[in-house]
Amino acid sequence: MSAFIQANLPYLLSGISVGGQYALIAIGYTMVYGILRLINFAHGDVFMVAGLVMVYLTTAMPMYISIPLTIIITVLLGFTIERVAYKPLRSAPRMSVMISAIGVTYLLQNCALYFTGGLAQIYPTIPWLSDSVTIGSATTKMVTVVTPILTVVLVFALVLFIQKTKIGMAMRAVSRDFETSQLMGIKINSVISMTFVIGCGLAAIGSLLYFTNYPSVIPTSGSMPGLKAFVAAVFGGIGSIPGAVIGAFVIGICENIIKGLGSSWTIFSDAFTFVLLIIVLLVKPTGIFGEKATDKV
Amino acid sequence: MEKTLQKSPESKAGKLIAVVLIAALYIFLYLLDNVLPPNSFTLMLIPVLKKGAIYSLICVSMNLLNGFTGLFSLGQAGFLLVGAYAYSIFTIPADQHDAVYQYFEGGAIRFSVPEALGRVLGENAGNILGAILCIIFAGLVAAAFAALIGIPVLRLKSDYLAIATLGFAEIIRAIFQWNGLGPVTNGSNMLRKYTDFSDIQIGSVKLATAFPFLISMICIAIIVLLIHSSYGRAFKAVRDDEVAAEAMGISLFKHKMLSFVISSFFAGVGGALLAMYQTTIQANAFKSAMTYEILLIVVIGGIGSVSGSCIASFLYIACNEWWLRFLDSGSFFGISVPFFRDGFRKVVFSVLIMVIVLFFSRGIMGDKELSFAGLMRKHKKKATGGVEGGGQA
Repeated sequence: MSAFIQANLPYLLSGISVGGQYALIAIGYTMVYGILRLINFAHGDVFMVAGLVMVYLTTAMPMYISIPLTIIITVLLGFTIERVAYKPLRSAPRMSVMISAIGVTYLLQNCALYFTGGLAQIYPTIPWLSDSVTIGSATTKMVTVVTPILTVVLVFALVLFIQKTKIGMAMRAVSRDFETSQLMGIKINSVISMTFVIGCGLAAIGSLLYFTNYPSVIPTSGSMPGLKAFVAAVFGGIGSIPGAVIGAFVIGICENIIKGLGSSWTIFSDAFTFVLLIIVLLVKPTGIFGEKATDKV
Repeated sequence: MEKTLQKSPESKAGKLIAVVLIAALYIFLYLLDNVLPPNSFTLMLIPVLKKGAIYSLICVSMNLLNGFTGLFSLGQAGFLLVGAYAYSIFTIPADQHDAVYQYFEGGAIRFSVPEALGRVLGENAGNILGAILCIIFAGLVAAAFAALIGIPVLRLKSDYLAIATLGFAEIIRAIFQWNGLGPVTNGSNMLRKYTDFSDIQIGSVKLATAFPFLISMICIAIIVLLIHSSYGRAFKAVRDDEVAAEAMGISLFKHKMLSFVISSFFAGVGGALLAMYQTTIQANAFKSAMTYEILLIVVIGGIGSVSGSCIASFLYIACNEWWLRFLDSGSFFGISVPFFRDGFRKVVFSVLIMVIVLFFSRGIMGDKELSFAGLMRKHKKKATGGVEGGGQA
């Protein structure tokens, strides 16, 4: 066992790191699905836009302004998407909302293509996060160590927020029963907006951490992490925040271990996620922590 | 192709108009391929027509699943990939294998169906027959994949079905890119030199544009016949209310599977045609973005309308490849516009698509079909001009 860990330490470390970044995206998916029953396909692209915004902001202003500004812009983007693309379809069939989400994906990717001119944008090096550290036999960037800690802290804060505050309670109520909570006087629209704000804020933080590990951002670099984060949310039981986090860590670690198996297996590191998805959907569709839904006919 | 309940004089005349228009279309395509000299207009028109015909088939195959059976599947890119590869692997000429499979010592499959047939029947006949056989084979392979995938996936509902089919499409892409299968699929390198549209001719008559039209039209006609058959009615019943359909004795799984397999067969055929059109293929291009694009065309045309999908395909392809090109070129009628640069066309396009999705969710045709009989009836009633026609199915 210890020999295995010794040999795979770099992959394990980057797995934990990537897992934490997926977790931050997955929370956005799981919260939106919990409340709206919508797979927000555009979430991965919001994550990509956050990366691009960071690239553009750092060319104009210092790091300590551009990081908070990136988070604010991403949150505004998520809020706008919800208001423009999802709110008008609240009473429409679920599939229409999903098509709208796919339309937003298409729009965001094409806008990104237009603004970047199709060139990969070099991601800025964030000081301290990009410094290298040595753990055991492996040398990695500081971000590898920071990500899991930051993820756990943020998730802990989020769970407290949902358990203790009034708006958190409203969120739980809405996810339990949409119509009844409306009748009880909960302002649905502000609750949904709040969900998108939290989800996109966490995705922006996730993008800061994720792209630090990669040299550049391209318009499609959000779609694969987005899908993987969604699978993580399904794996953990959609609607459950701790479930999404655990699922994200499992996926991040497994995919990096597969990458470590050898170059001919690397191509399957993405496919593994989907194999996991299909197994989960067939064996336990409610995920690890999901509540059993009664299918009303 | 329209079936109306009563045989009215309009429906007879409508059929006649459709036949005449289709004949005119093929005469035009013949002229385009053989007689008309290539100029800047036909150079734009021909690719649009070819790709439009292929996309029509692909979109109708998706519409059969999403619009007529109510199965929201996002696996289309995977089946296109399977079809494209199944077609091109068996049509690469034997002496080109060393060049194409340069990293895999010439590959494992060292024959080409068109070439083998060509030795017996002559080169042109071999190419046509070989291409058609391989296209059918491509459809069958895609259908076989669908039958395998369908067993686990079709038990899922709505958005879980969508995400699971999307997942399978990604898995298929990974398998085709895997180096272990390199001798067959050429790994992540591209396949090329296989039989394409320019090889298709009878005698000295070139069929480069007419061929995709012919194949697509036959396939779409089969789909339309299927939709009007008792199976088609069962599909619609499953779409409208699963519980009621089951209570009426319709086997849900059997019909969902049937629809899934048939749709994938035609997606495979569409993939083979797409491979012929592109002349090179690479698994990396068949990403989920491709499925999204096809889905959006289906939505523009109207979910549940075959003619809508065809019209939307041609419109989409024409706008994308031709009419809206000026948005990328930097100038508009000679006036230079600074923000018209590469990619602006796509932005305008996606905004338009969002507008359609949000405000005109029924698309161009809704769930109605374009029929000349219906158009004539409308024309008589309103007695106003400007009725447009020219749908191909």
